[in-house]
Amino acid sequence: MQPPGKIIQFLRWFCREDYIEEIEGDLVEVFKKDYATSPRKAHAKFALSVIRYVRPQFIKRLKISESSTTGMYSNYLKVGWRSLIRNGGYSVINITGLAIGMTIAILNGVWIWHEFSFNKYHDNYERIAQVGETGLDPERNGTFLGTTMTYPLATELIGNYRQQFKRISRASSSFQGDKILAAGETKILSPGLYTDPDMLAMLSLKMLSGNWSALSEKHSIVIAQSVADALFGTQDPINEVITLDNRSEVMVTGVFEDLPQNTEFERMKFFAPWSLFLEENPWIEKRALNDWRNHFIKIFVEIPEGKTFDEVIPQIKGALQFAPEDIEGARARKQELTLYAMSDWHLYPPNLRGSQMQPILMLKMVGAIGFFVLVLACINFINLSTARAEKRAKEVGIRKTIGSGRGQLVSHFFYESFLVVIFAFLAAVALSLLAMPAFSSIASQNIEIPWGNPWFWAACLAFIVVTSLLAGSYPAIHLSSFNPVRALKGNGRAGRGASLPRRMLVVFQFSISVVLTISTVVVFKQIQFAKNRPVGYDRQGLIMMPKRSDAFKGKYEILRNELKRTGTVSEVSESMGPATEIYSGNNGWDWKGRNPDYDESFATLSVSHLHGKTIGWKIIQGRDFDPDIPADSLGIVINESALAIMGLNAPIGEPVSWTWWVDKSKVFNYTILGVVEDMVMESPYLPAEPTIFFIKGHNGSPSWLNVRIRPDVALADALPKVESVFRKIVPSVPFQFSFADDQYAKKFGKEETMGKLASIFAALAILISCLGLLGLASYVTETRTKEIGVRKVLGATVIRLWRMLSSDFVWLVLIACCAAAPIAWYLMSNWLANFPYRTDLSAWVFLVTVIGAVVVTFGTVSYQAIRTALMNPVNCLRTE
Amino acid sequence: MSQHTLGEFEELVLLMVASQHDDAYGVSILAGLEKDLGKSLNISAVHVALKRMEDKGYVKSRFGGITEDRGGRRKKFYMVTALGKKMLDVQFELRNAIYKRIPKITFG
Repeated sequence: MQPPGKIIQFLRWFCREDYIEEIEGDLVEVFKKDYATSPRKAHAKFALSVIRYVRPQFIKRLKISESSTTGMYSNYLKVGWRSLIRNGGYSVINITGLAIGMTIAILNGVWIWHEFSFNKYHDNYERIAQVGETGLDPERNGTFLGTTMTYPLATELIGNYRQQFKRISRASSSFQGDKILAAGETKILSPGLYTDPDMLAMLSLKMLSGNWSALSEKHSIVIAQSVADALFGTQDPINEVITLDNRSEVMVTGVFEDLPQNTEFERMKFFAPWSLFLEENPWIEKRALNDWRNHFIKIFVEIPEGKTFDEVIPQIKGALQFAPEDIEGARARKQELTLYAMSDWHLYPPNLRGSQMQPILMLKMVGAIGFFVLVLACINFINLSTARAEKRAKEVGIRKTIGSGRGQLVSHFFYESFLVVIFAFLAAVALSLLAMPAFSSIASQNIEIPWGNPWFWAACLAFIVVTSLLAGSYPAIHLSSFNPVRALKGNGRAGRGASLPRRMLVVFQFSISVVLTISTVVVFKQIQFAKNRPVGYDRQGLIMMPKRSDAFKGKYEILRNELKRTGTVSEVSESMGPATEIYSGNNGWDWKGRNPDYDESFATLSVSHLHGKTIGWKIIQGRDFDPDIPADSLGIVINESALAIMGLNAPIGEPVSWTWWVDKSKVFNYTILGVVEDMVMESPYLPAEPTIFFIKGHNGSPSWLNVRIRPDVALADALPKVESVFRKIVPSVPFQFSFADDQYAKKFGKEETMGKLASIFAALAILISCLGLLGLASYVTETRTKEIGVRKVLGATVIRLWRMLSSDFVWLVLIACCAAAPIAWYLMSNWLANFPYRTDLSAWVFLVTVIGAVVVTFGTVSYQAIRTALMNPVNCLRTE
Repeated sequence: MSQHTLGEFEELVLLMVASQHDDAYGVSILAGLEKDLGKSLNISAVHVALKRMEDKGYVKSRFGGITEDRGGRRKKFYMVTALGKKMLDVQFELRNAIYKRIPKITFG
């Protein structure tokens, strides 16, 4: 007749110790009394009674059982905090270094995130693609991808392959560039797309008014919010009329939220119906409907849910046809239809030339640099904490003697490193906030820190944990391994071998810094080299402007006269494309002594008279076009590269003929009038294209105006006068132009971005390494104070002591340089190989970097070394 | 008076502690109450009241000797304190005074 043991156990488990005696006793007594009448009831009553004691009044205090570990953690916190405060200098160095490293890692991480977020704005991101043609490209030993397609291909896809796609849309931007959108007196220039009605739904545009079927009417238009604001202000834009290019009138049927900066169509501010495009370009229906050669439109498709591009591509290959004369070439190139997925648009652009960097490669570099700089900062942390270990050897000894297990010590040191990392992280977040605007302007991206994104925070957390583990691992393992007896006796210092890992880390750190520095110098050297390249024309004070509207028709002479009359313009010309680009090229050329096996392609640009004078080209043989000689209309001017390909000894007066591929019966016979110096119109890293200039009128129409401002007139004075002329003669066109030197400078954009970033990273890497060195130097001198005291007593001079203390570190840095130089050489010669027009890797770059590294090391170390060397030996010898 | 409260059940337990002078412990109080009230109670209710009154200072306790009946556990004896006794007096006076004001009426 014992009460059930399980229930008593349960009672003892939860009940307060000071009550258990009485309660258990009374319960048992009651149970026994009840048991006499009914054992079954007694059991039930006993259990029920026990349960009734489960109330706050009788339950053990939970705190009591846990207090030992909380105490331990708060002790860790206290000890960690004290050691941070006591070694203020070290802590600042440590946290600063780590914070800088983390800032760079955060910035780079956010950048990479931003790049990968491209186009994800569109709901159907994963299923949208552009129709393209792919095939072998013998020139680059790879494949090419063309995304500008023929009209009949689109007709074929829509007519016979429609079931393969959920949505399909043709698209083209206006051939004249930006469109003039006018509502009443308000006019703005903006780029836009002509598309089939499906496009809006495909891109899942966020419609602020109207819906995705807003483009079904021919004279309709869907505009971006920003355009609506600019044209109509607060007024409701729906059903308002906009005049496009002073020609077609369209009615606003929808307004969409402006596409964010990280989308392909970001610049597109309006969508207009495809039928309107056909109306504006009547030549399409006359000539292009069945022309399998004329590539001028884009085709976008969305595949159905659950299908992959790889499944769809074989189904649609049959849609591609070729003009009879192209069949052979197409077969040789294995030309076929493909789908170019939206997810590849941003990071895997097609047909990169040798000197252009794959965006994904750039991102990999950014990631690698971020990682390395973070590693540098972690190495600092490791070095400084192990160096400080001597000071804490006694603490470790006492802890071990009292009974700390090794595991506890390890967790203690991890805890401390976690504390430092948290501080560094907070500083890094603040620094990233400060640096973000500057950083995104360098990266020329509109990058923002995604505060609201849970993934960002998850990444940050992971990042903190990884960094504290990485940075705390070595100190934790090293410090906890001390033998308590030796540590307490005061010579817990290990032998010479102990500093070896520390030295190796310093070498590693400096190797990375030196590699970064050399790379930076080389990148800048290459940019400077390309910038110094003779361009063959004069970019200063040259204004370029596309003739955007029919309003320019027949106005050229009057424009030119009026502009010259202002006294600020020295010459005006027309050309096909701006001076900083090549818009057209042709093959089919023949001349005396041509290799009949090879059909060379030349850049072919038609220009007006006096174009040479306007852009300032340099004639080296023969003469420019002469307006007074009518025969010059069949004359050509070629550049040096073209001359080199033709291989003519006396080019002037030589006949050159051209056969039009469209109609072989059309043969033009030209005569070479002059040869000009090569002009850098495309990439400054590439050889100049062989170019042929002819007079406008019979081959392609010049679509750009070039205006040369007189060199003796200030631009600020000239521009208003030029503008007023344009306003008077072509009032319907907004005055928008670009400067040749600006456009030229843009060609260096990517490389300059890389150079700027590399220099910032290199500078910070050096800073971090120096911080580490500073901490280490002060540690070394501290441990050697007694030795130095003895040396001084025996007569060592300050100079000798200084040399002795510094040379150790200088050796380390020299070793680092030796390790870094071949790596940097390998990396940079690979990079430079991308550029046909490139600088060399001269020895001085390496030499200067090495000398710089040594000087910086000396500077960093000397402060501590000299301070120690100047110390009074009595003070340090008396310490015992 | 305001900080000194005494619930109805507490009052009964306190009366029982006082009446069983020096011999009152959990089970005896329970038995006494069950007998006087004529209904069965749970021991936990008695304990709750005792602990509350001990906190308020109406009773004090001491441990007694070990008894076989109790699985080797000691009894805990309760005694009414001066404050407890005063509380009982006050309660009694109060009720008595009000009771006396009831007019002499006979009910049906």
